[in-house]
Amino acid sequence: MRAIVLVCLADGLVGISYGAVAVNAGIEPWVILALTLLVLAGASEILFVGIVAAGGSPLTAAFAGLLVNARHLPFGLAIHEVIGTGWRRVLGTHLMNDESVVFALDQDALARKRAAFWACGLGILLCWPVGAAIGVFAGSVIEDTDAFGLDAMFPAVLLALVFPALRVKRTRRAALAGAVIAVVATPFLPSGVPVLLALVGLLFGLGRTKPTGTETAS
Amino acid sequence: MNQPMLILAGIVVLAVGTYAFRLAGPLLRTRAEVSERVEALLADAAIVLLMAVLTTTALSQDQQFAGFARVAGVLVAAVLAWRRAPFVVIVLAAAVTTALLRLAGVA
Repeated sequence: MRAIVLVCLADGLVGISYGAVAVNAGIEPWVILALTLLVLAGASEILFVGIVAAGGSPLTAAFAGLLVNARHLPFGLAIHEVIGTGWRRVLGTHLMNDESVVFALDQDALARKRAAFWACGLGILLCWPVGAAIGVFAGSVIEDTDAFGLDAMFPAVLLALVFPALRVKRTRRAALAGAVIAVVATPFLPSGVPVLLALVGLLFGLGRTKPTGTETAS
Repeated sequence: MNQPMLILAGIVVLAVGTYAFRLAGPLLRTRAEVSERVEALLADAAIVLLMAVLTTTALSQDQQFAGFARVAGVLVAAVLAWRRAPFVVIVLAAAVTTALLRLAGVA
């Protein structure tokens, strides 16, 4: 639980820097706040704002953002049980993001997965827009959040949470191969695509270790 | 369309499209039963994606190298995670390492 609070606070701080940077780039506050509430996926929002601020078409920016967010489809396939059904799914779907998914995967019992997912998802739903709003109003006061090393926190959070899963050999092979593919592709492909391409890494996990069940690798 | 309307259209496209991506997984899964093997593969797929997100954000910014300070911070986090350090320690160590390196003039 303490970990979830820390992650939400860290996202709030990143939200402050996002709001400040965006408003300084000439983006109107309502655009920034609408994105944080309606999209609730940081990387795609930063990309959207960046493209619009650089004079690009908002629709181009939207499609670039969608490319970055395409990874939510396989996330949903993996954690559908955690989200639940009925009215829970309506809100739970919106709360799906890198952090809430990784916290859910990190737990073993379904009840704990659910608790972690909802606590993290709701926490970010609160901290990300509030952080961005503070950033928008603080404006130019915040110059450079990079000085505090905040940009290293997000990958470190994911790393800390993904690490236990990497102790399984099959998962580790797939994840490391996927990471290499994504990193090599990054300079050449539009953002979002390298991460999707990483799924090819799954092939490196197949057939190496026999599953514990009676099935044989096909 | 004038600019505010166009921006609003962009926001709506991004928001609706993102929600659709998020909803597609759970919807598809309630339509079809899958084997334990596929279940494991999907869990692996999520880990592979998260690993790709974290390595690309650790190493790059706008398709350029992110600089040694951030990379060093994440490497410190990796070592601490491997040594099973508490979560809070891992995350704060990454930020502190990166901040101190920048203070020392490392980009």
